[in-house]
Amino acid sequence: MGIISKKDTKLIKDPLADNNPITIQVLGICSALAITAELKASLVMGIAVLFVLGIGNVVISLMRNIIPSKIRIIVQLIVVASLVIIVDQVLKAYAYELSKTLSVFVGLIITNCIIMGRFEAFALGNGPWRAFLDGIGNALGYAVILLAVGFFRELLGSGTLFGIPVLGDPIEKTGLYSTGYENNGFMLMPPMALIIVGLIIWVQRSRNTTLIED
Amino acid sequence: MIEHIELFFKSIFIDNMVFAVFLGMCSYLAVSKKVATAVGLGAAVIFVLAITVPLNWLLDQYLLQPGALVWLGPEFAEYDLGFLSFIMFIATIATMVQLVEIVVEKFSPSLYNSLGIFLPLIAVNCAILGGSLFMQSREIETLGLAINYGISSGIGWFLAILAIAAIREKIRYSNVPAPLRGLGITFIVTGLMGIGFLSFGGMLTGDDEEVKDEQKEVVVETNEVEKEEDNQIKIVN
Repeated sequence: MGIISKKDTKLIKDPLADNNPITIQVLGICSALAITAELKASLVMGIAVLFVLGIGNVVISLMRNIIPSKIRIIVQLIVVASLVIIVDQVLKAYAYELSKTLSVFVGLIITNCIIMGRFEAFALGNGPWRAFLDGIGNALGYAVILLAVGFFRELLGSGTLFGIPVLGDPIEKTGLYSTGYENNGFMLMPPMALIIVGLIIWVQRSRNTTLIED
Repeated sequence: MIEHIELFFKSIFIDNMVFAVFLGMCSYLAVSKKVATAVGLGAAVIFVLAITVPLNWLLDQYLLQPGALVWLGPEFAEYDLGFLSFIMFIATIATMVQLVEIVVEKFSPSLYNSLGIFLPLIAVNCAILGGSLFMQSREIETLGLAINYGISSGIGWFLAILAIAAIREKIRYSNVPAPLRGLGITFIVTGLMGIGFLSFGGMLTGDDEEVKDEQKEVVVETNEVEKEEDNQIKIVN
């Protein structure tokens, strides 16, 4: 607790649960659903958004007093697009298979509402250190949901976690498969991600009744 | 002609922007509380997609693809400006949306007022950028197909938001558990609609099956001929 004051730790902790960007603020849904069929893809996407949001927030915050209000959306888009190009090139160079799985969704980080949303709501009005913490907090909140959805989808859909079989071998029928259990291939289809997020929202709002809408 | 019809139906039902690839979910969830606003936003999305996808196709074809700069001179044949795709696409989209906003404000102030903040927000709608990026990654071949793809993806998104708005208007009178009300039940209903749309997956495989049948018939005939020869050989022996 030395370098970060109590008010600032709130910036990191809030988005993890009470002000979660996906389930409460309803931002960044597009990429959260499409690539979560594998845990590895979810983790990489989480790290990519962490990079873009953390650095983007700092850059916008440093420029906040010189950006004319009329063109601020364009400036934000340019900052995000440049950072995403860097992420995309790094992915293509060091993890080509993964960049094929993520395909257009790396590019879609540009239009990820969380990033533009945090720029508008926080970075334009606060100093760089706090903007950095806010960016990290929201990106972590986003990553937590991505990992949760990816966990269930990969475990129930292919019986693996990060590519490692954990329930036994489906072809040789060891482990859980010897009892007649089969992989639920449906979990790998896109609509199940929507239903899992709906269930996560249900759990979240049951535990924190102030979030219930009328 | 066939490939136009195929692309049209494929983009609306099988590769639906909302149910298959989840683009444009944020505005989809935010605007779908009433059918009237949903129709307005859906129409705006179709219009913007129909304009930006062909424009970005032209950019891709003559500027961004590997070897695209050949028209400037043969020494440019190896240039690959693909990494600039994101910035160029988002720049054309932001510009076109600004233009559309000005035109709509001039010719239909009532539509402009009802859309409110959502028209400028279309610029950052993932569906618009996603349409252009998918057009690039699926290597759509001609300008006509690009226009077709833009319009049909827009119609697919429009269908989705229309359906969910209609359902949300009715579901307010149902006994949804309190924690699920609003956002939660919308997610689950959208998931169920997505499952329904999966059933369209078998729609466009008719042509492929016919070709396979013809090949099978040919194989069967040669086998019969061979068997006859075998029989004849046996009799002689």
